[in-house]
Amino acid sequence: MKIRRMGTTAIALAAVGALALSGCSSEPQSTGDGSAIVTTNGSEPQNPLIPTNTTEAGGGKIVTSVFAGLVSYSATGEQELEVAESIESDDATTWTVTLNDGWTFTNDEPVTSESFIDAWNYGALYDNAQGSSYFFDNIVGYSDVQNTMDDPSGAVDEAGAPLQVGDPLTETMSGLTVVDDTTFTVELATAEADWPLRLGYTAYSPLPKVAFEDMDAFGENPIGNGPYELAAEGAWEHDVQIALVTNPDYAGVRVPKNGGLDIVFYGTQEGAYAAVQGGDLDVLDALPPSAFASYQSDFPDTFVNQPAAVFQAFNMPYYLEHWSGEEGELRRAAISMSINREEITDVIFQGTRTPATDFTSPVIDGYSDSLEGSEVLEYNPEEAVAKWAEADAISPYEDTFDIAYNSDGGHSAWVDAVVNSIKNTLDIEAAGKPYPTFAAALDDRSAATLTGATRAGWQADYPSMYNFLAPLYKTGAGSNYEGYSSEEFDGLLDEGASASSVEDATAKYVEAQEVLLKDLPTVPLWYANVTGVWADTVQNVEFGWDSVPLYSNITKE
Amino acid sequence: MLWYTGKRLLQMIPVFFGATFLIYFMVFSLPGDPIAALYGDRPVSPGVIAQIRAEYNLDKPLIQQYLLYIGGFFQGDLGTTFSGRPVSEVMASAFPITARLAMLALFFEASAGILVGLVAGLRKGKLFDASALVVSLLLISVPTFVIGFVLQFVFGVQLGIFRTTVSGAAPLDELILPALVLASVSFAYIVRLTRASVSDNLGADFVRTATAKGLSRPRVVTVHVLRNSLVPVVTFLGVDIGSLMVGAIVTEGIFNINGVGGTVYDAIQLGEGPTVVSFIAVMVVIFVVANLFVDLLYAALDPRIRYAK
Amino acid sequence: MPSSTVPDAPRGTRPDQEHFVAALEDTPVAPLDKLDESQKARSTWSDAWQAMRRRPTFWISSALILLVALVAIFPGLFASAQPNDGCELGNSNGGPEAGHPLGFTFQGCDIYARVIFGTQASVTVGILATVLVTIVGIVVGALAGYYGGFLDAIVSRIGDIFFAVPTVLGAIVLLSVLPDRTPVTIALVMSIFAWPQIARIMRGAVLTASNSDYVTASVALGVSKFTILVRHVLPNAIAPVIVIATVSLGTFIVAEATLSFLGIGLGEGIMSWGNDIGDAQSTIRTAPQVLLYPAAALSVTVLSFLMLGDVVRDALDPQARARR
Repeated sequence: MKIRRMGTTAIALAAVGALALSGCSSEPQSTGDGSAIVTTNGSEPQNPLIPTNTTEAGGGKIVTSVFAGLVSYSATGEQELEVAESIESDDATTWTVTLNDGWTFTNDEPVTSESFIDAWNYGALYDNAQGSSYFFDNIVGYSDVQNTMDDPSGAVDEAGAPLQVGDPLTETMSGLTVVDDTTFTVELATAEADWPLRLGYTAYSPLPKVAFEDMDAFGENPIGNGPYELAAEGAWEHDVQIALVTNPDYAGVRVPKNGGLDIVFYGTQEGAYAAVQGGDLDVLDALPPSAFASYQSDFPDTFVNQPAAVFQAFNMPYYLEHWSGEEGELRRAAISMSINREEITDVIFQGTRTPATDFTSPVIDGYSDSLEGSEVLEYNPEEAVAKWAEADAISPYEDTFDIAYNSDGGHSAWVDAVVNSIKNTLDIEAAGKPYPTFAAALDDRSAATLTGATRAGWQADYPSMYNFLAPLYKTGAGSNYEGYSSEEFDGLLDEGASASSVEDATAKYVEAQEVLLKDLPTVPLWYANVTGVWADTVQNVEFGWDSVPLYSNITKE
Repeated sequence: MLWYTGKRLLQMIPVFFGATFLIYFMVFSLPGDPIAALYGDRPVSPGVIAQIRAEYNLDKPLIQQYLLYIGGFFQGDLGTTFSGRPVSEVMASAFPITARLAMLALFFEASAGILVGLVAGLRKGKLFDASALVVSLLLISVPTFVIGFVLQFVFGVQLGIFRTTVSGAAPLDELILPALVLASVSFAYIVRLTRASVSDNLGADFVRTATAKGLSRPRVVTVHVLRNSLVPVVTFLGVDIGSLMVGAIVTEGIFNINGVGGTVYDAIQLGEGPTVVSFIAVMVVIFVVANLFVDLLYAALDPRIRYAK
Repeated sequence: MPSSTVPDAPRGTRPDQEHFVAALEDTPVAPLDKLDESQKARSTWSDAWQAMRRRPTFWISSALILLVALVAIFPGLFASAQPNDGCELGNSNGGPEAGHPLGFTFQGCDIYARVIFGTQASVTVGILATVLVTIVGIVVGALAGYYGGFLDAIVSRIGDIFFAVPTVLGAIVLLSVLPDRTPVTIALVMSIFAWPQIARIMRGAVLTASNSDYVTASVALGVSKFTILVRHVLPNAIAPVIVIATVSLGTFIVAEATLSFLGIGLGEGIMSWGNDIGDAQSTIRTAPQVLLYPAAALSVTVLSFLMLGDVVRDALDPQARARR
C-alpha cells in the first residue's frame, strides 16, 4: 500500500448512509458553479488504475469515479442501475444481464457485453496476477483459469502454440456467455441470491478494447465510462495528485454537479486536516486522531461522523493453550465482557467509533443490535471475573495476555486502552505487542505463531452481510488466518448464500452470527465511523456507504 | 590537493558496494512477506502472490537478488517499485524537492545557529547566552512533530502567511516553514558548538596578537575568532546533510512533502529493496562528496591544515 | 612556588669569573627559574579537576545529575504508585488531584508516577548511547585525524557506510532479531548508526589541534607520537565532542520516542519519557499539559549535562582557565 501508515488509521474509513447535513437542508440550496473544480484528499494508488487490480482505498476512489459498472451504490448502500438495464435470475445461479443502449467509453467506443466479459476474464486469469481475482471465484470456470497445468501433453492454445507447464488450463471462464451486444449471461458455481449486490464493486467495471493492448500503459491513463475522466494524458502526477474533469457523455445516475475533481495525495491525515483548515483543500474524508477532540469546534457546520462499513475487532487463535474447548469459550467471553467499549470509543476515539453489537455494520441490511447472545459484547465486570475464575478452575492461567498489532497503523492508543480495561477488570497481566510493519504482523498470523490475540479489521467491498462473514470465518477462507472452523456456521452461511430471496438469506446470516457470538473467534470491538470535514467553499457534501464522499453531488461556488 | 581529491573520489567505489550490499541485506532481512502484506487483510490468491514475488526476484537467494540489482544498476535500470513505477522516476521527483528543502534548512541552521552561537560565546554568562541556552533546550526536548504542528497551525492556519501543506511542485517559498522545523534540532547543536568554539578561541594567542596589533573588535571577531571556530561547525554541517535529507520523515509527513525521507521510509515499511538501495546509493555519494568538501574547507579555514601528497 | 626552600644567594661578583652570565647561585632571579622537584608535575587532566572544583555550576549540575540518577535507580523512593496499574480511562487527561500531583495521561495513568518510573529507561538509553558513541567516536576520530593516510581512509569510509544506513531500517532489522528490547539493546542499536557523527567531529578537531605550535614543539622535543596525542592533542580537541555528546544525550532520549512510536522501541510495559512524549502527540491540540511533564524532565536532565559539559570544557582549556 502506498499509503504512509504512520499516524493514520490503517483502514481507510468507510462510510454510510444519509449524511446528517447539519444545517444544510435549511439553507437555500446552492447550485454552485458547474465548472468549479473540487479538491479532495486521497493517497497515491498502489497500482496502475486497472479496476481488477485496485484493492485499496487510494486507487479505489479514483477508479469508482472514472468507471461505471453495471450498478452503483446510493448513499445508503442501495444499488442503482447504471450500465445495466436489468440483472435477472430465476434460480440465483444463472443470471441474465441486459445493458442500456448508448453508453460509451470516453474514446467513443460503445460499452457492450464484451466490455464486461473481457474485463472479468482478464481479472480472473492466473497469468495476470490481479489482486481482485477472487471476486470471480463463484463464476463457473474460475478454477480453470486459476489452476495451472502440470502436464500439458501436447495441447495447443487457440493460436496453435503448444501449452507449457504453468499455463492456465483455459484463458476464459466458461460461465460467461455473450448473447448479443447488450446481453450476457453469468453462470455461478453455487447459487447466490444477492449476487447483483456485489456488482457495484470496482473489480466488475468494464474495459475498452484499447486496454488489452497494453494494460500497464492503460492503467497510467485509464479510459472509462464513469462520471469523470482524466483531465489530460498524464493527469496522474505520481505522489502528488490526479486531476479529473467531468465526462460530458456520462448518462448514469451520478451526473456531476461540479466541473471536476482534484484528488490530492496526502501522506498523513494530519497534513490533510491542516490543509482544510488553511483553505488549501475542500473536502477531507478522514480525520487524524489528534483532531478527534476538536473537529466539531473547528468545523461546526461542516463535518460528518456516523457509522460506516468498517468492523474492528481482535482475534484469539484457537491453536493457543487455554483458548479452545470449554475453557477457551469461558475465557473468550470473559475477555469480551471485561472491555468497556462505550468508554473507549468515547474517550480514545471521541465518539468516532460506534461500539459493536454484531459482526457486520449498522449500514448493512440485516444489521442487528439485538442478536441472541449479544450481551457478551457488553461491559460486565462481575460476569467477566466469574467466567474467568471458572476457566481458571479448569486450568490456571499465568501468562500475559497480549494483543498483537502493527504499530505503523495508529493502533497503539486503543490497544493500550483495551489492555488496561482487561487488566483492571480481570486483574491479570495484559499488554500490547507492537510489530514494526504490517508485513511482520501478518507473517506471524499466517504462520500461526501468535502468542496471543491479534488486531483484525474489515472494510466491506460491497454492502452485504456475506462479505463481512464468509472471507473471515468460513473454514479455510482467504482471510481466516486464525483457523476458526465451525460446521454449523459454514452450513448456515451456505444456506444463506443459496437462499431464494435476500430476506431469507439475511435470516440465515443472523443465525450464523449467533454461532459466532457463542464461539467468539473474534472479539468485536466497534465500527469505525466515517468522519470528514469540508471547507465552506463547497456544499452538498454527502458521504457514501463506503466512506467516500459522493463527489458528483458536491457543488462549489 | 587534486591528487587528494581524486583519491577520495576513488574511495567512493568500495563505499558504494559496501553500503548497497549492507542495505540490500537489511531489507532482505526485514520480517514478513512484503507482497502478501500489500493486500492488507484481504484474501488474495496464492498464485497472485507467487507471480509477483517472482516478478520482483523476491523468490531468489540474497546474493542473486543483489547481483541482479547491481547488474541492472550499471545498465541504468534501478528496478521498479511495487506499484510498477521505475525507481529512477521516483528518484527524479523526490531528490530535487528534498535537495531544496535540505539546502534551505542548512542555510537557516547555519546562518542563525552561527550568529546566535557567536553572540552567546562573546557574551558568555550574560542574558543573551542564557536565553540561547533555554531555546536550545526547548528545541532538543520538544519533538519535531510538536514544533511542526505548532508552526503549521500558527503560521499556516491562523495567520495564513504560509501554505499549510506544500504543493506538488514544492517551490522554495512554500518550503520555508518546513525548513525551519527541519532545522530546529540542528540549530541547537550549532549554537552550542559555535558558542563553545568561540569562547575557546577568544583567549587564543592569535586573537591576542590580533587585538594587540590594534585590529578593530569586529574584525578580530569575524576574521580571527569566528574563522578559527568554524572547523567543528562545518564538520557538523557536513554530517548533518544526511540527516536533513533522509531523516526528514516527520517534517515531510506534516507538510505533505514528497521527499527522500518519506519515500525511503515507506519503501522500508513495504520492503521495497530496489527503492531503498537506489536512494541510499545516491545518499552515499552525497555523503562522500559533502565530507570531501568539508575536508577541503578545513584547509581554507585553518591554514595550518595541509593535505599531504 | 614556595621560595623559602631556596637559600638566599650572596650578592656580588667573583673576580675569577669567566662567564658573561652570572653563575646560577649568583643570580637573584634564580629562585624563579629553578625547577621545584619536590612537587609532582600536574597533568592537564588534574589541572582541570582543580579548576572545576571551584565552579558553582559544577556542583549544581552534579547535584541535579545525582538526583536524576537516584530517581532512575530507586524510583520506588519517589513514587509509591505502580504507574502501569490502575490506569482508568475515566481520568483521561484529568488535572491534578490529591495523590496525583501532575494529573493524568490520555490513558488515565498517573503522570507523576510515569515520569518517575520512566526515568530509568530514558536515562539508561540516553547515557549509554552517548557514552558508547562518544568512546567509539573519540577513538576512531582521533586515530583517523592524527595518523591520517590509509587508516583515515579506512575508518572514515566505514563511517560513511554506517551513516548511510537509515536508522529506522537498521533499528527495524536489528530489533526484530533481538529477543528483548531493553534500554541497553535500544542504546546499542542507536549507537551503531550514530558513532560516525562524533568520529567526524573528533577527526576535524584533531586535525586542527595536531597542527598547533605546542604539538610541533612536543614533536621537536622527541616526545612519542602516541603520548602527544593523549597528552596534548586530545585535551585540546575534545571541546566540540563534549558539546555534541551533551546535546546528543537529549536527542537520544527523544529518538527513543520515535522508535517506540514506530513499534521498534522499548518492549512491553517498559516506561520511558520518550514513550509518553510520543503518546501525547494525539492529544496535543486539546491537552498539551500531558506532553509538558515528560518533556520537562527531559529538559532538566539535558540541562544538567549541558552545564556539566560546559564546565568540563572550560576546565580542559588552559586559556579559559587563566581568564577566570
